[in-house]
Amino acid sequence: MSNLKRTALFNAHGKHGGKIIDFSGWELPVQYEGITPEHEATRNKAGLFDVSHMGEVEVKGKDAFKFVQNLVTNDVSALEDNQVLYTFMCYEDGGVVDDLLVYRFNEEHFFLVINASNVDKDFDWMKKNSDGYDIDVVNISEALSQLAIQGPHAQEILQKLTDTDLTEIKFFYCKRNVNVAGASCLVSRTGYTGEDGFEIYLDHDNAEMVWEKLMEEGKDLGLRPVGLGARDTLRFEATLPLYGNELTKDITPLEAGLGFFVKLDTDDFIGKEALVKQKAEGLKRKIVGFEMLDKGIPRHGYEVWADGKEIGFVTTGYAAPTVKKNIGFAMVPIEYSKLGTPIEIKVRKRILKAQVVSKRFYTKNYKK
Amino acid sequence: MKIVEGIYYSKDHEWIKVEGNEASIGITDYAQHALGEIVYVEMPEVDDELNAGDVFGVIESVKAASDSYMPVSGKITGINEELEDSPELLNNSPYESWILKVEISDLSELDSLMDHEDYKAFCESESH
Repeated sequence: MSNLKRTALFNAHGKHGGKIIDFSGWELPVQYEGITPEHEATRNKAGLFDVSHMGEVEVKGKDAFKFVQNLVTNDVSALEDNQVLYTFMCYEDGGVVDDLLVYRFNEEHFFLVINASNVDKDFDWMKKNSDGYDIDVVNISEALSQLAIQGPHAQEILQKLTDTDLTEIKFFYCKRNVNVAGASCLVSRTGYTGEDGFEIYLDHDNAEMVWEKLMEEGKDLGLRPVGLGARDTLRFEATLPLYGNELTKDITPLEAGLGFFVKLDTDDFIGKEALVKQKAEGLKRKIVGFEMLDKGIPRHGYEVWADGKEIGFVTTGYAAPTVKKNIGFAMVPIEYSKLGTPIEIKVRKRILKAQVVSKRFYTKNYKK
Repeated sequence: MKIVEGIYYSKDHEWIKVEGNEASIGITDYAQHALGEIVYVEMPEVDDELNAGDVFGVIESVKAASDSYMPVSGKITGINEELEDSPELLNNSPYESWILKVEISDLSELDSLMDHEDYKAFCESESH
């Protein structure tokens, strides 16, 4: 794995028993002790994640707001300083370039958090669309480490390492220059698990120290390090989409069922015209939730069948650890999208019975 | 990692315990470690005739589905139905939890399998 990138926490992962895999060019732990115990620790106590592979782009300058508003589908004008927004960048045809978090520091300074596997593509897209704006767009992905502490005990554990009153950081807000164990951090109340928690951005030099302090302070409260395996089961169960699964250049956010993050009544943004048209004409297909009725586990990429023919594909599927069911998301024609519709999943050679169900597999525990 | 004496091992990390013409087949401790938490086992039907190297089933962990291969040719005489409801037995006690029983059609195929010492060396070479 010599060409792979390592995060500043590589040694810490080894120390805590992380099983390292190649993830989008990064050497990262898929699990430590096991996906299920890590998943359950995050739901019931707290989990600590190394998400340093995520990309970050800074947008600074007089036209920063105007640029970001044109770049993404959600309404950036509704943001206060230090508020965070979940949104998409779309191509002209409505397909998704990436999903991202937009942090507004002030009208002339935004901070965008993007997916590791999309950093180069996203940055090129931003640069390409920045002509005519008085801004600097800087890819700072290599400069930052990122930790996430998630779960019902996340606040209590992190509070032990900072004088900042964490109750002041509301859901989807951030605070800059928070002193965590002596390191200056950007702390936001965000995450990718469906639980309350924080994402912490800091320089590489302090990353391992903060990780170890959190592990130390969190020990009695049940904090465990969590790998990419449980990160995926947690986000899936909480109905949070993943780029490459529910979101791709060939799927629009409306088809993904994420129209809430697309504000078609705001100013122009890239892809708006295509999405307005798609909405007006009505969706022809849509991502739904489903539950297996026969025994068998659905997986990403499996065929969906109905009425004796292939009708769609599974975008994510698991034996879900908390809800304890074999469930998935699948792209199906709109006429098969109603709750209760019988569908079939081709699990290897066998066609197994399933049924369309609500995508709300798990009720999120955010503190708002 | 646990390796038991007196049984055969395949390069795909299955173990085979032979009694006369019949054998029980399961997965090794090494295999269950590598797979992680096992959540589902897909097994063949009794009376299926399979050749050495054929896929006899699929073992699914939280993260992925992995094929398991027949170490010998023969007719399936039994499957461990307990695994349908408790697949985690393969994690908890891999050598006590057989997956299927087979009537071996050609006992000479056993010669190509490993004993516990060879298997130990094989696992060590795989981990490097």
